[in-house]
Amino acid sequence: MMAQEKIVPITMPKWGLSMTEGKVVGWLIDEGRELKPGDPVMDIETEKIANTFEALDAGTLRRKIATADDVLPIGALLGVMAPAGVSDADVDAFVTEFQASYVPPAVEEGDTGPIYHWVEVAGTRLRHARAGDAGPAVVLIHGFGGDCDNWLFNQDALAAHAQVHTLDLPGHGQSAKAVGDGSVATLARAVLGFMDAVGIASAHLVGHSLGGAIAIQCAAMAPERVKSLSLIAPAGLGVDINGDYLRGFISAESRRDLKPLLQQLVANPDLVNRQMIDDMLKFKRLDGVTDALTTVASAMVDGNAQKATLRDALGNVGCPVQIIWGVADRIIPIAQADGLPPSVEVHKIDGAGHLPHLEAASVVNALLVAMVERAR
Amino acid sequence: MARKILFQQAINEALDQEMARDSSVIVMGEDVVGGTGGNGEMDAWGGVLGVTKGLYGKYGDRIMDTPISESAFVGAAIGAATCGLRPVCELMFIDFLGVCFDQIYNQAAKFRYMFGGKAKTPVVIRTMIGAGFRAAAQHSQCLYPIFTHIPGLKVVIPSSPYEAKGLLIQAIRDDDPVIFCEHKALYAMEGEVPDESYTIPFGEANIVREGSDVTIVALARMVGFAQKAAATLAKEGISCEIIDPRTTSPLDEDTILESVENTGRLVIVDEASPRCGMAADIAAMVAQKGFASLQAPIAMVTPPHTPVPFSGVLEDLYIPGPARIEAAVRNVAEYA
Repeated sequence: MMAQEKIVPITMPKWGLSMTEGKVVGWLIDEGRELKPGDPVMDIETEKIANTFEALDAGTLRRKIATADDVLPIGALLGVMAPAGVSDADVDAFVTEFQASYVPPAVEEGDTGPIYHWVEVAGTRLRHARAGDAGPAVVLIHGFGGDCDNWLFNQDALAAHAQVHTLDLPGHGQSAKAVGDGSVATLARAVLGFMDAVGIASAHLVGHSLGGAIAIQCAAMAPERVKSLSLIAPAGLGVDINGDYLRGFISAESRRDLKPLLQQLVANPDLVNRQMIDDMLKFKRLDGVTDALTTVASAMVDGNAQKATLRDALGNVGCPVQIIWGVADRIIPIAQADGLPPSVEVHKIDGAGHLPHLEAASVVNALLVAMVERAR
Repeated sequence: MARKILFQQAINEALDQEMARDSSVIVMGEDVVGGTGGNGEMDAWGGVLGVTKGLYGKYGDRIMDTPISESAFVGAAIGAATCGLRPVCELMFIDFLGVCFDQIYNQAAKFRYMFGGKAKTPVVIRTMIGAGFRAAAQHSQCLYPIFTHIPGLKVVIPSSPYEAKGLLIQAIRDDDPVIFCEHKALYAMEGEVPDESYTIPFGEANIVREGSDVTIVALARMVGFAQKAAATLAKEGISCEIIDPRTTSPLDEDTILESVENTGRLVIVDEASPRCGMAADIAAMVAQKGFASLQAPIAMVTPPHTPVPFSGVLEDLYIPGPARIEAAVRNVAEYA
């Protein structure tokens, strides 16, 4: 039994609140390979997305259990890691015991209680979701054209350390499509109003892109309510922005138009699959979305220039601040992370574009958790 | 917010939301208010299958029951459309098109053209299609190829609740006459549908499933059968891509051709009769424009060229099902 303590199962991850099962596309490594956290292990496909599953622990891959095209519930055994010293018999025993005690999570027909909730903030209905019960509050604020589900690779990792709240900003996802003047200040008031409505006195804010600008604005408007800022490729720190992307995204009407645009968001264009494009089109085809996005974009951007900078506001923020940016970002240049006050930590992520929280989820999650732990 | 509702509720919701949004939208047809056994307002069935239930209470005179007189009320709806209303008129079964066809194909379909673009005819004709209800030869046909044949008409064939709502809203907002075909066997299908209004553009096929070995083009009820077949075939190592054109006029040729470029093999599944049907039409288009990609003859899975049988046993044999789709795909996949 001593040996078993060194045996670590690799199990089907839960990517997003609605994921119940995943399909194994294929292993990316052979048995015997040594892994460190973040190393690619296998490609997995869900209803929503296809992505590479990365090692969560260090160790040696000893046994592949799942094979390509297997469709398995979350938590199911995919493989086993163990040091070379552990015998094959012990690995076998571990597998037998795991499989005997593994119970797939119950999938009820809509009776599990709603995954998403709605709350009224200043007359606007906002969708939100929550994961994790204990620890400090974290609010994840998505970017332009995004929604709660943009955090599918992050919310569960964070939920082990915090109460994680996600919301659809006004005009986005399944929230109401009224955005007022669409300014960062208006959207920041909506986020603070959301925190009031669900009873969050103060929180760690994580903001991506436009959501980063909103997070900075929240800290400027209500410093006592913001414990830390984690800004992922944030808007508001410089002039340049890929305005062509924004305008293209707003006007794209078909799969054909949208795919090359979404591919600009990521370093690896294969991440943009049919489901991601379909979900985005479904959102864009809701009544009111084009107007909402147009209003928000024109409040933020003029041509290829951002209208307002929050650099000074960021300099005056009292709480800890970290910036996370993909080196291959084609929407907002990473150079805008330079020249900030020394107290601002900057993490540049190789091999990631504008969505490092999706493309390099394990690295970003570690940074987000570290911030929450440190700035309790 | 998205929640699961039935196909027929999706149709009802599309009508409801468009009537609320635009006072020029009206609904007319046989029994759309009262229905069999109905007693006016107190017991409004909302059509033979209850699809328009509840609308009369909300919109009163904007929901009109008509006599059994398709030639009159379809003509009236088309006339009203030319005069500024947006009528949604219900031709109970597509099989009845014969009694109102002049109004549709030689009047509505031609007005924009004949009046040099100065007239528009924003009428929607909702109509039930399809076999499987033991309703015999005169109430079970898939006659949409006849409408697809006519320039000036748009022809829409939803295959799921999501498609039904978005395409119907698009149809109502469209300025041309639209024939909206609802397969009766899909009314009880459940699926995720946003509660907000949304549109799905005409002429954009849906890639229902991605695959690399064989392309299956399917419409209406055949989409679900193709999905069942594809799931079985996947276990045999045959990867199918399923394309639902959603509208036969306009037809998204590019998506079909691109898929065939990748797979080299094509099976078309159509519940309409085989001669001059959608399967034949799409097969001809791919043979002409995608010949260089083809690695096997194109297969058509359709009913035989006969009326729909009343006998249950024969009707079940008549309708193309997953087993026939699987067999056709295997044939095409094995062709060297």
